[in-house]
Amino acid sequence: MSSNAVEIRQLGSVFTVGGREFIIHDQLDLDIPSGALMSIVGGSGSGKTVLLRQILGLEQATQGSVTVLGKPASQLGREGAASRVGMLFQHGALFSAFTVLENIAFPLRELKILPDSLIRDVAMVKLQMVGLDPSHAHKMPAALSGGMVKRVALARALVMDPPLLLLDEPTSGLDPDSADEFCVLLRSLHRELALTVVMVTHDLDTLFELSTHVAVVADKHIVACGAPTEVIAGSHPFIHDFFQGARGQRAAALLHPPGLAR
Amino acid sequence: MPDTPPSLFRESLPAGGGWRLSGNWTAAKLAEPSTWPRIETELEASAALALTTPWDLRGLSRLDHTGAQALWNAWGHQWPAQLQMLEAHRPMLARVARFSSPAPVVTRLSAWAVFLSLGALVWVLIDHLKGMVRLTGQLLLDSIELWRAPRRGPWRDFSGHLFRIGATALPITALVGFLIGVVLAYLISKQLSQFGANAFIVNILGISLIRELGPVLAAILIAGRSGSAITAQIGVMRVTEELDAMRVMGIPKGYRLVMPRAMAMALAMPLISVWTTIAALFGGVLAADLTMGVTPAYFLAALPQAVPLSNLTLAVGKSVVFGLLIALIGCHYGLRVQPNTESLGKGTTASVVTSITMVILVDALFAVVFQHTGL
Repeated sequence: MSSNAVEIRQLGSVFTVGGREFIIHDQLDLDIPSGALMSIVGGSGSGKTVLLRQILGLEQATQGSVTVLGKPASQLGREGAASRVGMLFQHGALFSAFTVLENIAFPLRELKILPDSLIRDVAMVKLQMVGLDPSHAHKMPAALSGGMVKRVALARALVMDPPLLLLDEPTSGLDPDSADEFCVLLRSLHRELALTVVMVTHDLDTLFELSTHVAVVADKHIVACGAPTEVIAGSHPFIHDFFQGARGQRAAALLHPPGLAR
Repeated sequence: MPDTPPSLFRESLPAGGGWRLSGNWTAAKLAEPSTWPRIETELEASAALALTTPWDLRGLSRLDHTGAQALWNAWGHQWPAQLQMLEAHRPMLARVARFSSPAPVVTRLSAWAVFLSLGALVWVLIDHLKGMVRLTGQLLLDSIELWRAPRRGPWRDFSGHLFRIGATALPITALVGFLIGVVLAYLISKQLSQFGANAFIVNILGISLIRELGPVLAAILIAGRSGSAITAQIGVMRVTEELDAMRVMGIPKGYRLVMPRAMAMALAMPLISVWTTIAALFGGVLAADLTMGVTPAYFLAALPQAVPLSNLTLAVGKSVVFGLLIALIGCHYGLRVQPNTESLGKGTTASVVTSITMVILVDALFAVVFQHTGL
């Protein structure tokens, strides 16, 4: 395996809507190093989620190549994919016919090898690991709040401890306390499991709190990529508006806590 | 050695036996068909002395939650007395140790509760009837409102539904009608020619197709095609909170969702019914001509005498009722959908089954009430 978990080369994405072509990405290059916690930011409609879906192999790029864990992204969805990559969808994407516990255990149970008792124990640990009470185990997804759906979805994405975890807007719809807990959880998982995490987020607090790398998508390609401190110093107009606005200033204070000399 | 399979073996130490682990103790590796049975037997063998024998986990290259859980279960949910491991793997085991807990017990229904739930079914039925009555009453009120101010009516919705329910259903209803006509005429001609009563095919086909089969066939096809679509459309609006959005804006769902669909269905249904009947008759005429030489000219000339006009009136009247029923049942189930996908599927199925059953029941009712008309 190369030192990059994800390599994107000369990516071009074109969508045809009503006979008109919209170019989303043009000659986009991005490397996500193994073990990084990379945030992808960009304006609405800049193709962040499309990029995530292309990394997952859910969408085929028009041009260029996407290589994930040393293999083309289109081969990712083969058998046992849950042990290679986990995805937290924006709205959870829980199976509505299953209970919470069945949802979490699903990837393991589908292997049809491990005994049910072990799978149930693993799923119960994951359930509590993401901060849910064991009493929620037999609830149906329809009976959960938005934040709980997110947690269950994260537990399901993590059930096989995949080396690559993709998150689409992980903290949207969470209250600030839950978002903070989520950050703590994610950071400890990232450290202990040596995960590579790629997340699309608009939440600057989460971004500065967690990221080791930040990539900015604008003008159809990556305009800046690197450590958060380097990226926010960039001169691109989008970076300027996004990070140096009032919200950005407040959040960036996390990077330079007062009283700590750097 | 990132891809080595997990293994567990017993080693001899000066102080007795011990267990040494190596390889990748991860879910994907453990769940390989050749690996798990071996690991399982070894873990079971180790379980008896797990707490007193030394464990050496330093050879592990990777340990994930599934691997840690398998070990923790083998240790009987306790830390063994002698344990050597890499610091990197300790948090994983510690977390499994902290969070391991039995799943809450699912409370099963007792026999008495199951018996009582039968009674609840009656209430569900009454609830459905109430809902239908309310919907019909609301439709009546909405129609009066439309009568008073026709310019404010949802005419665009109406024409859209008319196109989708009516115009796009023409090919499939024509095909089904035509084939039924051919098959029926062929089978009847076989029987009639035994008695030399060839000419009566006009009466039999005419009455059965115009009075019964045309309207019922069309209604069943439309119930399956458009009744389900109505339930699914309104049900998805519930799932995506569009119904709530409408309510917040003060837009009455009866007037904007139910009435246009009911009106379009009431108008499209008789038209499709006549269309299906024509296609079936065409098929019947063709088959009669080919199998027993009853010419189309004779067939068409004899048809008005064989089938009084009141049969056609009855068929059209029936179709209007069928159309209203299908639309109301479709809307009723659509509005009852809970905001989740499973309920949407159940509602759509229930809507189709109910509307087809109701069409056949109401058709039987018509047959009884109008037994002296047109025969």
